[in-house]
Amino acid sequence: MMREGEFRNPSGCAIAAEISKEGRRFAAEKIIECMIPMHDRSNGLGGGFAGYGIYPKYKDFYAFHLFYDHRHIKKEVEEYLKERYEIVLSEEIPTRKIPEITDEPIIWRYFLNPLKSVLRSAQLDEKEFTARVAMHINTHMKGAYVFSSGKNMGAFKAVGFPEDVGRFYMLDEYEGYAWTSHGRYPTNTPGWWGGSHPFGLLDYTVVHNGEISSYDANRRFIEMFGYKCTLQTDTEVMAYIADFLLRRKGLTPKEMAEIIAAPFWTTIAKKSEEDQARLTYFRTIYSSLLMTGPFSIVVGYNGGLMALNDRLKLRSMVAAEKDDMVYIASEETAIRIMSPEVDRIWSPAGGEPVIVNVKDGVY
Amino acid sequence: MPINFMLPEFEIERNDYRCIRCRVCERQCANGVHRYDPDTDVMLSDETKCVDCQRCVCLCPTRALKIKKNEAALRTNANWHQSTILEIYKQANTGGVLLSSMGNPEPFPVYWDKILINASQVTNPSIDPLREPMETRVFLGKKPHDIERDADGRINTELPPQIELELPVMFSAMSYGSISYNAHKSLATAAEALGICYNTGEGGLHEDFYQYGKNTIVQVASGRFGVYKDYLEAGAAIEIKMGQGAKPGIGGHLPGAKVGPDVSKTRMIPEGSDAISPAPHHDIYSIEDLRQLVFSLKEATEYKKPVIVKVAAVHNIAAIASGIARSGADIIAIDGFRGGTGAAPTRIRDNVGIPIELALAAVDKRLRDEGIRQNVSLVVGGSVRSASDIVKAIALGADACYIATSALLALGCHLCRTCQSGKCNWGIATQDPELVKRLNPETGKERLVNLLTAWKHEIKEMMGLMGINSIEALRGNRLMLRGVGLNEKELEILGISHAGE
Repeated sequence: MMREGEFRNPSGCAIAAEISKEGRRFAAEKIIECMIPMHDRSNGLGGGFAGYGIYPKYKDFYAFHLFYDHRHIKKEVEEYLKERYEIVLSEEIPTRKIPEITDEPIIWRYFLNPLKSVLRSAQLDEKEFTARVAMHINTHMKGAYVFSSGKNMGAFKAVGFPEDVGRFYMLDEYEGYAWTSHGRYPTNTPGWWGGSHPFGLLDYTVVHNGEISSYDANRRFIEMFGYKCTLQTDTEVMAYIADFLLRRKGLTPKEMAEIIAAPFWTTIAKKSEEDQARLTYFRTIYSSLLMTGPFSIVVGYNGGLMALNDRLKLRSMVAAEKDDMVYIASEETAIRIMSPEVDRIWSPAGGEPVIVNVKDGVY
Repeated sequence: MPINFMLPEFEIERNDYRCIRCRVCERQCANGVHRYDPDTDVMLSDETKCVDCQRCVCLCPTRALKIKKNEAALRTNANWHQSTILEIYKQANTGGVLLSSMGNPEPFPVYWDKILINASQVTNPSIDPLREPMETRVFLGKKPHDIERDADGRINTELPPQIELELPVMFSAMSYGSISYNAHKSLATAAEALGICYNTGEGGLHEDFYQYGKNTIVQVASGRFGVYKDYLEAGAAIEIKMGQGAKPGIGGHLPGAKVGPDVSKTRMIPEGSDAISPAPHHDIYSIEDLRQLVFSLKEATEYKKPVIVKVAAVHNIAAIASGIARSGADIIAIDGFRGGTGAAPTRIRDNVGIPIELALAAVDKRLRDEGIRQNVSLVVGGSVRSASDIVKAIALGADACYIATSALLALGCHLCRTCQSGKCNWGIATQDPELVKRLNPETGKERLVNLLTAWKHEIKEMMGLMGINSIEALRGNRLMLRGVGLNEKELEILGISHAGE
């Protein structure tokens, strides 16, 4: 059987997210529990979570989470990392043995500080440098896979149902100001852990439900800018696009939404002159980043998240607010688990982003 | 007269029971095939002059006429085909280069016909264009790499000059001279109605058509016919014609007979003189020279017009396109070896160049590999025959398609491939005033608008079934394509998988 990444793998899914606008850190219990009523949206072939603000003690270091197929490649990767970073901490990611999750690879994390001399000679800023390192390992070091690479955040994923994956990683023991989660329903998969969501690069993570029909147009565009799509999943290409637009091009999440779920020309024609100019500009220069076909996504980043539907709203997605909390989920039932009472609950329109940023300076 | 060994290609079958001797066929045939003999009250025909343009057949009020392939044939030979033998007779008779028109008719593979399109099932909904918006607008031109903001954080939305098209199709270059005034008028008015562009070809722009400037692409070819300041400023874009798919490596040739007063004025050449374009541009012997011409034209038009560089699809097309993309050009137009022409040496038309499908796939890939795909838009032609060819071209990576033969067919062309004679019975490839008036430009416009409106519907239907609601999400989306009956090398070049994979 072909390994994930060697074929295109469309999947349906469940997503959920919660965030505190005050930047309060809270346990991952609810985000795990809320996946239970959406159990049938996954098929046990992938689940995962991303937490933000979970490594306050190491917040200045890049937290790399890796899957290794065997010890041999671990040594090789560590050699490679040592030449580029000061390894502040290297440890096995704690897991709980449960019957629902089996066949786990070696799961390791590192807190890394880039070596100044190396950065200087590479003539790159540390984020770009780190993104390239993560991509190099994933593309060239067979048997190793970086599945999380941002600061003070982390992704946790496995093959299994999301609620079991949460227990497996003992996420109830972590606290963060924002969490996203994902249950996967792939149409075909050899059951490789790296194929699960969230997918991320640096602190940008994506959980996604849908199948974008524009996939290859988006992939072939983004690959021009040094990204290599090794997994052939929508989520991977979305994470790279988020990194490209938000980090490399310095756009805001709202502007990113205006590109990937661009309004129709007829809608643009009704906008103010300034909006028309900007939206036309985006649709001209980034036309290859328009995503068509059904999707609901949550893009997480340090300090906030953005939930977004495709412009026709071909996938369900509900948002709610309660006090300083904002909740997002594929189904309302999941939101009611996270917070039975809410101040406001609504179904965001297609292409209309829900952007939640944590109060300045808190995260 | 000595015997010429030629065999008439066609046979004229006249049903004498139906024929009413109205002599329409005789009046309609510019080739002089039909003749009435009053003494015997019989319609006679000289099939040696017939080109099978079907004009008489279409106009015969009693449907008494049929033009058939001549069954009187030479002895079958798998090596020496009849056409080969007849060409030898012809050249032995005249000592001349064989001339032909329109695209290469030889049985080379047509890759469009070996590519199939995907559709959504279960995991992803198809979209119904009758009920949901479906967008086909495209912008052609250079796309900036970096976002710039002002002090208030507002994005600078100024773009390099672009061509805006309501659907990713343009009428390809056909000069006034090679085709008639009425044909040009049909194309110009249809382009305006459709929100697309037509192309002057290398024959200059007739003064009556300056009013359609924003739907016009003005061409600068090696002969520089009709090029002056107002002409350059008249159009939506300027196209430098380096080559043409039907005859890569040689220039255009308009016989003096077609250069009447109006054509002479538009081309700025003496009446009756042959308009022979040089094979190369004599100021472009290399890529750095092209850059100079691109920027000369931009200087002349104050950087307000995108510049297109049109080249024929030849063996090394990917490297050539990469050079052009770095030359300052905004758009590259590539013309495949099946592209049409008003006149080309037969041997060149039938043996030089490569298929557009392969050229397009190779160029799009190379420009992406080099990270310069954003520098240019890609327009392909030669030959794009239908809405599904367009969908496949866009999915392979084109921004838009050029069509010309299909446009002429819409105007009534029957593809008899004898444009070079100037005796087009359909009023298209001729300057004979009597013939030209057979093409009513109002009707011509309407038929072109009908054709592309129909294609637009079909393009939207196909996009919808792939779950795509905007044409840009189809561009370069090669996963939507599969090959059938192609070998691994062909699939590799096209960058697509085989059906079943």
